[in-house]
Amino acid sequence: MILDVSHVTVYRYDASMRSAVQSLRLFPSRFDGQRVIRWSVEVVGGMRGGSFRDGAGDKIESWSLRGPLQEVVIRVEGQVETVDLAGVLRGHRELAPPEAYLRETLATDADAAIRTLAEDAIEGISGDLEKAHALAGAVAEAIAYRPGVTHAHTTAAEALKLGEGVCQDHAHALIAAARHVGLPARYVSGYLFAGADGEPHEAAHAWAEVFVAGLGWVGFDPANGCCPDDRYIRLGSGLDARDAAPIRGLARGEGEESLDVTVALAAAQQ
Amino acid sequence: MLSRTAENLFWIGRYIERAETMARLLEVGARIALMPSAGHGYRSEWESLLLASGTAEGFATKYGDPVQRNIESYLFFDRDNPSSVISCIYRARENARIVRTAITSQLWDALNTTYQEITQLERRARSEMELTELTEWVMRQSAMIRGAIEATLLRNDGYHFLNIGFALERADNTARLIDVKYYVLLPSVELVGSALDNYQWQVLLRAMSAHRAFHWAYGGDITARKIAHFLILNRQCPRALITSLETALAHLDGLSREYNHSGAAQRRARALVGDIAETNVEEIFEEGLHEFLNRYIAEIGALSTLVYDSYLSGEAR
Amino acid sequence: MTTYFNEMFENDQVRAPYARLEDWMRAMPAELRQMKQAEAEALFRRIGITFAVYGEGGDPDRLIPFDMFPRVFAQNEWRRLERGIKQRARALNAFLTDVYGRGEIVRAGKIPAKLVYQNEAYERAVVGFQPPRGIYSHIVGIDLVRTGPDQFYVLEDNCRTPSGVSYMLENREIMMRMFPQLFRENRIEPVDGYAELLRRTLASVAPAKCDRDPTIAILTPGHFNSAYYEHSFLADLMGVELVEGADLFVEGGFVWMRTTRGPQKVDVIYRRIDDSFLDPLCFRPDSMLGVPGLMDVYRSGGVTIASAPGAGVADDKAIYTFVPEMVRFYLGEEPILENVPTWQCAKPDELKYVLEHLPELVVKEVHGSGGYGMLVGPKSTKAQIEAFRAKIEDDPDNYIAQPTLALSTTPTFVEEGIAPRHVDLRPYCLVGEQIELVPGGLTRVALTEGSLVVNSSQGGGVKDTWVLAE
Repeated sequence: MILDVSHVTVYRYDASMRSAVQSLRLFPSRFDGQRVIRWSVEVVGGMRGGSFRDGAGDKIESWSLRGPLQEVVIRVEGQVETVDLAGVLRGHRELAPPEAYLRETLATDADAAIRTLAEDAIEGISGDLEKAHALAGAVAEAIAYRPGVTHAHTTAAEALKLGEGVCQDHAHALIAAARHVGLPARYVSGYLFAGADGEPHEAAHAWAEVFVAGLGWVGFDPANGCCPDDRYIRLGSGLDARDAAPIRGLARGEGEESLDVTVALAAAQQ
Repeated sequence: MLSRTAENLFWIGRYIERAETMARLLEVGARIALMPSAGHGYRSEWESLLLASGTAEGFATKYGDPVQRNIESYLFFDRDNPSSVISCIYRARENARIVRTAITSQLWDALNTTYQEITQLERRARSEMELTELTEWVMRQSAMIRGAIEATLLRNDGYHFLNIGFALERADNTARLIDVKYYVLLPSVELVGSALDNYQWQVLLRAMSAHRAFHWAYGGDITARKIAHFLILNRQCPRALITSLETALAHLDGLSREYNHSGAAQRRARALVGDIAETNVEEIFEEGLHEFLNRYIAEIGALSTLVYDSYLSGEAR
Repeated sequence: MTTYFNEMFENDQVRAPYARLEDWMRAMPAELRQMKQAEAEALFRRIGITFAVYGEGGDPDRLIPFDMFPRVFAQNEWRRLERGIKQRARALNAFLTDVYGRGEIVRAGKIPAKLVYQNEAYERAVVGFQPPRGIYSHIVGIDLVRTGPDQFYVLEDNCRTPSGVSYMLENREIMMRMFPQLFRENRIEPVDGYAELLRRTLASVAPAKCDRDPTIAILTPGHFNSAYYEHSFLADLMGVELVEGADLFVEGGFVWMRTTRGPQKVDVIYRRIDDSFLDPLCFRPDSMLGVPGLMDVYRSGGVTIASAPGAGVADDKAIYTFVPEMVRFYLGEEPILENVPTWQCAKPDELKYVLEHLPELVVKEVHGSGGYGMLVGPKSTKAQIEAFRAKIEDDPDNYIAQPTLALSTTPTFVEEGIAPRHVDLRPYCLVGEQIELVPGGLTRVALTEGSLVVNSSQGGGVKDTWVLAE
């Protein structure tokens, strides 16, 4: 599938800011499932800083802006060709050891409920891949998709207790459950093209990857009850949503920040 | 030099000068309080002084009625009062501690000893200490610190920042002290030229350690015009507005020589010095002393902001 | 009754390195000693070396007690220590390069993956990044204790920002001022080259992008930090700026310092703040001490951070056990310095041994430092031991245990005159283009009779440490 992406993020400040710094992880991953046709990232009026590829294979680019600033606008435009690999992250070059993704974070801490959910889900199941599927299924069942009930700092445990949440909460819960049963797991941020049914959907998306011995990293999207296919564009990963955030930024000054994001994905004519 | 270091040095200068002014103000208050004034009593004078030092509100909240002993404690020893002598000395020493390596050990010693000594004084019973003893102690310490700066500090940018701090604070304080005399201390305009008026002027001159110099320079009766000339326009007077502004400009020029770059702060200071050098007492009184002083207080504030923006904020390119 | 090795007296004979100190010691009447002690204290206070103890509040201007009786090493004793320390510093850096690279030592099964990769000090953010010259830990502080003429043990490694070097330098300075004749009578190797060596070490690891004389800065958490004196002392000796996070900013792929002449590029940052505070964009978002965007600049080769973020994984107390293995694995050498035998409470059989032998062991938290959260079995009451037992059982992974070592003693001036007190040693190894070690270090002394805890936070003092020239 060939997907057109347009992603504009605007930070507005109610008082003029002295300067800003942005660290962007907004570049499609390089693996067999996707090929970049064109891609551009720009911080309007900003200065491009250094860029590098980190141990997990993600490209990170930093930008800085001089004040006075009323807003910071980050524009992403591009076209990517995707292939359905049934969630398998084939051909992705990275150095980070999977064991590094067994560490708990605040957002992915497995409380008693998550531990029980995980242990129940894999009972009698052998094989990492089967376990991962079972866990993703259990999470999808335990947390219903419902926007607006959770927020950016909701933890996996809180979302499970609530029984509702969005893709971030599903991913966190799956990661917490997988790590609890000894499977390395991580948070993935990216885009999802879900416009084929004509309904409006949130195109910025997140899911989880679980490390399966012999197969490598495999994506699971409990929110949609599937593995990432050619409708997905993968950007980057981390221990949790904060660690994998596509945009991290900080502005100096006293102004309050408000955020406006528009993401549009469209299937291009082949 | 790091902008923050320059800022620390600048504030050492300002705080030491401010501590000195606060002590001088206390002396003015104590002297005036000794005089039986026509129907006002010392109470209103003390109130005026609190108002002049910008501490009236804080004092009222903490102590209520202005009783002299309380006022002395508040303006001298109260660490909750950001303008008290002890607060200023504490902050000057703290700024120095941060930039220990940018100053000489003699200067550090002077600042550190001053702070150690005031904490000793703080512990003594207030009834054991006369106010003059305290204010003289402040003058002495301030002179020692100035001496350490002049005698030991390298004549580099740091030296200029310290002195710009001193000079701007002094210019501001002198302008305020004169203004206070007329618009706060003197109960009504009718009393201009009265015995009370003259007495207050004498006290003010004394507090600025300038009454003898004044008499040498002018002789005869004390008049508002002579005083205004002395404290505003006479370069012989170390605390005169013109002297302080010229000192600030000299150090700003020192900076531009060292940095091979002159900017908005220098331009503004030069304009200000040019302006005050051109003027005379008649013009000042024509404009109105109060109006003139307030214009200068605002100008000095603007110059401080320019110094901050150009050197201390770290935002300059 | 344990016997302790006395570094000055052996079977009533004065050991050679201390030969010339005996007369000095005997010729010091109590009054002179008190006078000298007061003089030393006045000097320290004047200079401004003070030390605030973490979490204790109290007097921020407290001095660390200085003992005037020097601790002495013979040249041959030092040579061996020096080789051992440099070897260890090389192995620790090789380990760091490896675990942020291919992880050969883990693949080879020499160290459990969990200990490394799930370690809190392991920074995912720097995986795959090679710092200049492959050096992660540029200043390695190795804590040593001695139990006999030739027995030294490494107590722990400090790969992040070992502190205390200012005491090494000032102790010497004050001794030279107060007892110049001692320095004429003894041929003592100088330590005052440390600051220049440190500057050269830091300059040698400037990023490849730096095409001129590198600008170095020391990054401090600020003047409220208990080690602020040391930060400003080192900056002054090296002639570099002492900066706080707010003095730096990131632009165009480089780090800049805010100066009165405008921005100035910084090439090497010797940071004295923890990893988690370095960059709010990468680590703790609430950090006010760091520089937003610093890690991006670091990772794209615009600045060197010393020690490298992530270096802490090498000095973890659980990893410590494996350092001799690192020496063999990376260097193909036998370790010159021994580790203290260590039991990992994370391992059930070792935990069992530890719980059965608490009264004779020293138990430490894996991540603790500064002598906090530890149990010294032989010096503890039954109740203290039982209370600690409960803590270990509650979270065994968090503890290691070691035998109580018979720490050597050196003569120390005490209330009653001169008496033996237990000591340790922290030399500072510099790793850059070359590996350098100034002949000396910080000797810490437990001033309380019989005490084995030398930490300054627990009432320890310091001594000048001499290495005699050949």
